[in-house]
Amino acid sequence: MSEKIFGPLLDRDLIQETIVTAMSNGGQWAEVFVEDRQSASADFDEGRVESMVSSRDLGAGIRVTVGEATGFAHTADLSSAGLREAARAAAGAARGGDQVEPVTLRGEGVTQNRAEILPSTVSKARKVELLRQTDAAAREVDSAITQVSVRYSEGRRRILVANSDGIFNGDDQTRTLLSVNCVASGDQGLQTGRETVGYTVGFELFDEHDVEAMARRAARRAITKLEARPAPSGQLPVVIQRGGGGVLFHEACGHGLEADLVDRGASVFRDRIGELVASPTVTLVDDGTMGTEWGTIAIDDEGCPSQRNVLIENGVLTDYMWDHLRSRSSRRELSGNGRRQSYQHLPMVRMTNTFVMNGETDPEDIISGTENGIYVAQLGGGQVNTATGDFVFGMTEAYLIEHGRITAPLRESNLIGNGPDVLQNIEVIGNDFAMGSPGTCGKDGQGVPVGDGQPTLRVAALTIGGTAS
Amino acid sequence: MKAYQGEVESVRSGASQAVGVRIVVDGQQGFATAGSLDREVLNQVVKEARENLQFAESDPHQGIAAPDGVVPPGLDLTDDAVLRLSEEDRADVAIELERRCLSADSRITGVRSSAWSDGWGELALASTSGIAVHSEGGSCSIGVQPLAVEGSETQIGYAGDAARRPDALDLDRVVSEAVEDATGMLGATKPPSEKVTVVLEPSVAAAFLGIVVGALTGDRVIKGRSPFAERLGEQIAVAHLTLVDDPTNMESLGADNHDGEGLAARRNVIVDSGVLSQFLHNSYTGRRVGTSSTGSAVRGPRSTPSVGIHALSIVPGVDDREELFAKINKGVFIRGVNGLHSGVNPVSGDFSVGAYGQRIQDGALGEPFREATIASTLQKMLLDIVEIGSDFEFLPSGTGMTSIAIADVALSGI
Repeated sequence: MSEKIFGPLLDRDLIQETIVTAMSNGGQWAEVFVEDRQSASADFDEGRVESMVSSRDLGAGIRVTVGEATGFAHTADLSSAGLREAARAAAGAARGGDQVEPVTLRGEGVTQNRAEILPSTVSKARKVELLRQTDAAAREVDSAITQVSVRYSEGRRRILVANSDGIFNGDDQTRTLLSVNCVASGDQGLQTGRETVGYTVGFELFDEHDVEAMARRAARRAITKLEARPAPSGQLPVVIQRGGGGVLFHEACGHGLEADLVDRGASVFRDRIGELVASPTVTLVDDGTMGTEWGTIAIDDEGCPSQRNVLIENGVLTDYMWDHLRSRSSRRELSGNGRRQSYQHLPMVRMTNTFVMNGETDPEDIISGTENGIYVAQLGGGQVNTATGDFVFGMTEAYLIEHGRITAPLRESNLIGNGPDVLQNIEVIGNDFAMGSPGTCGKDGQGVPVGDGQPTLRVAALTIGGTAS
Repeated sequence: MKAYQGEVESVRSGASQAVGVRIVVDGQQGFATAGSLDREVLNQVVKEARENLQFAESDPHQGIAAPDGVVPPGLDLTDDAVLRLSEEDRADVAIELERRCLSADSRITGVRSSAWSDGWGELALASTSGIAVHSEGGSCSIGVQPLAVEGSETQIGYAGDAARRPDALDLDRVVSEAVEDATGMLGATKPPSEKVTVVLEPSVAAAFLGIVVGALTGDRVIKGRSPFAERLGEQIAVAHLTLVDDPTNMESLGADNHDGEGLAARRNVIVDSGVLSQFLHNSYTGRRVGTSSTGSAVRGPRSTPSVGIHALSIVPGVDDREELFAKINKGVFIRGVNGLHSGVNPVSGDFSVGAYGQRIQDGALGEPFREATIASTLQKMLLDIVEIGSDFEFLPSGTGMTSIAIADVALSGI
């Protein structure tokens, strides 16, 4: 790794000058965010490479605040003139404050890339070979697999964040991902199975993860579902397999703990710090420092180093997540949760890797202790109304539990519940913690990479949105 | 432009550019894209596209669209009203939107977000097959999220509008819909689980029918990823359902003169009195199945052409919404759904999504409900449509839709 030393994206003096321009209209605080994103992807479908796409995006977003008002402008022109123009546009929208002198920038402006093998250094032929291998492994499982599509994607995102408080930090994030989607065809129509592996690493991902085994799991999932019966309709106990449902906590309570939503009264968790909001077995953490997980970052998109934040400890609400604006108005420390989709967007409070910590129960005992219910092996995406806490999730792989045993597979349907209710209704938590699949969290039209995880656990009752009575 | 508590909260502005280069040689396709029109970057993009090409497998149907002689509708979409807006004009609307929500109902205690946005875009497409098209135009939109509070309960509402000209935005309607969306849900309870007739409001009906039509596009059909792939010419829906994709209608925000490959935009009847009359194609999927493009290529500079809907529209029925309700003894009116991206499998057709709205009892609207799901399959839903409303409107998405009543849908609650 020693040969890959990269400097800051832009010259320190140029950034300092831009901040001065941005504050020239009476701005009280200013920030320059520079981003260079290089991505490449390859799609394999119907047994052949369908497309290979590469892209490059480079630009800066400049933010100026006066009191509670924010001016923001973005530009793809990183010349001195281009930055000056954007700084003036941002300054024009945030003016009239008392004169404030920006602090001289300090810091290296760079964090070295942590990938062992930068994906851009790997030949395209090797990537195509990987796709072919994945496709073949899925097709070999059963002749009922009629379609396989595989997607490889790599992204390297270098950022530089500087502000008038003197912050001058950078990060160099590399993420690599492979996903496979199988279609199985049976007497009762088509079913799908999907698997994804993705980490904040380089091409060494494939030294550590067996893509063929992953392809077989996706194929088997589709085939299993050919025999699936309609899911029940109504309330039942639900056991969620480890790593299969961390997204439930991301949606059910994570969003409601974002300080911007709390601040606007749009969260059911407002004014509840110090209260018992969950079963005492629940400890919920958001941790941007976590190894090579999908939501891991060295610094957030406001230049604050990522950190581990305990949000709920033994059932008690301990803290919200924060960005610059919200922490400033509440006069408290940052938490490393200010993130944005790209240099064209304003940052806001976002999660990183959000997970429930281990309990003490053997997962087998959780299943055998459930007389009748649903076993969810994999949840799909979800959505939450933060004002009420009502959420909904797709179950992409689920089974009936009958007399303490996992039995028939179920067709896809949604789970619905209420965040605060679910937190109170977690009956038992396993000791088998695992992180789940990589995800993209969407909020106000911006997508950012996030991770989630949880041990096997049981919720006393959730509404299953099936069609069987 | 966002407003909060009567003041400007944030102003965001910027310009962005993008270019995409697609090269086809002997059936092999290479593509690359970048967010800059800088000459040096352009050279790099061409080089990348050539390199990508070498790894694509040859496909005899691959190619650049050739002009097909169809004449574009000649719509004038270049209204430049948004270019004459000042910061004050934008701020006035965002602040006014918040103020009106707050004064509309005493239970509205705050507004999470009150936003204005506008933009202007210019697009050019040229190919070696002789296509050279250019278009430019603007649009603007507003959106507001009021919070309604009663006792310890908070409900958040939303409504928005979009148009090509600022004076075409309907603030009154947005305010009343957003306030109704929030206050109407106060006191909502979880309904019992049962099979009911559901009435989908136009935006919900548009979301479902949009997914259905998505399964009628050439790429999905060719790849066997559509439950309707083998059903061309068959009755897939009740006889009173007719769906068209009509980008030649100026009233839709999806209107355009050309598709994503530069071919003329045209009106396509997709479902004709319940019969699946055609699939939508771009030039590639058209060649694959031995027909031609229906002018349905969809793309931006950042991607290769796919197939999609430009401006879906339903042919309205005769009953207004109250008349639809009057025919239902027991049912629910669905005001909104969530979890569509996870709850609908467009390959198998299974769907199960979160839903909220009001109950319908003896032909009239009753108590609000929330925390429920509705489930069926897309295939069955099309055959269970009992009524199509007369309340046709063009939604901000460009879809022209009415309310729709569908029987025998599983509602799950308690």
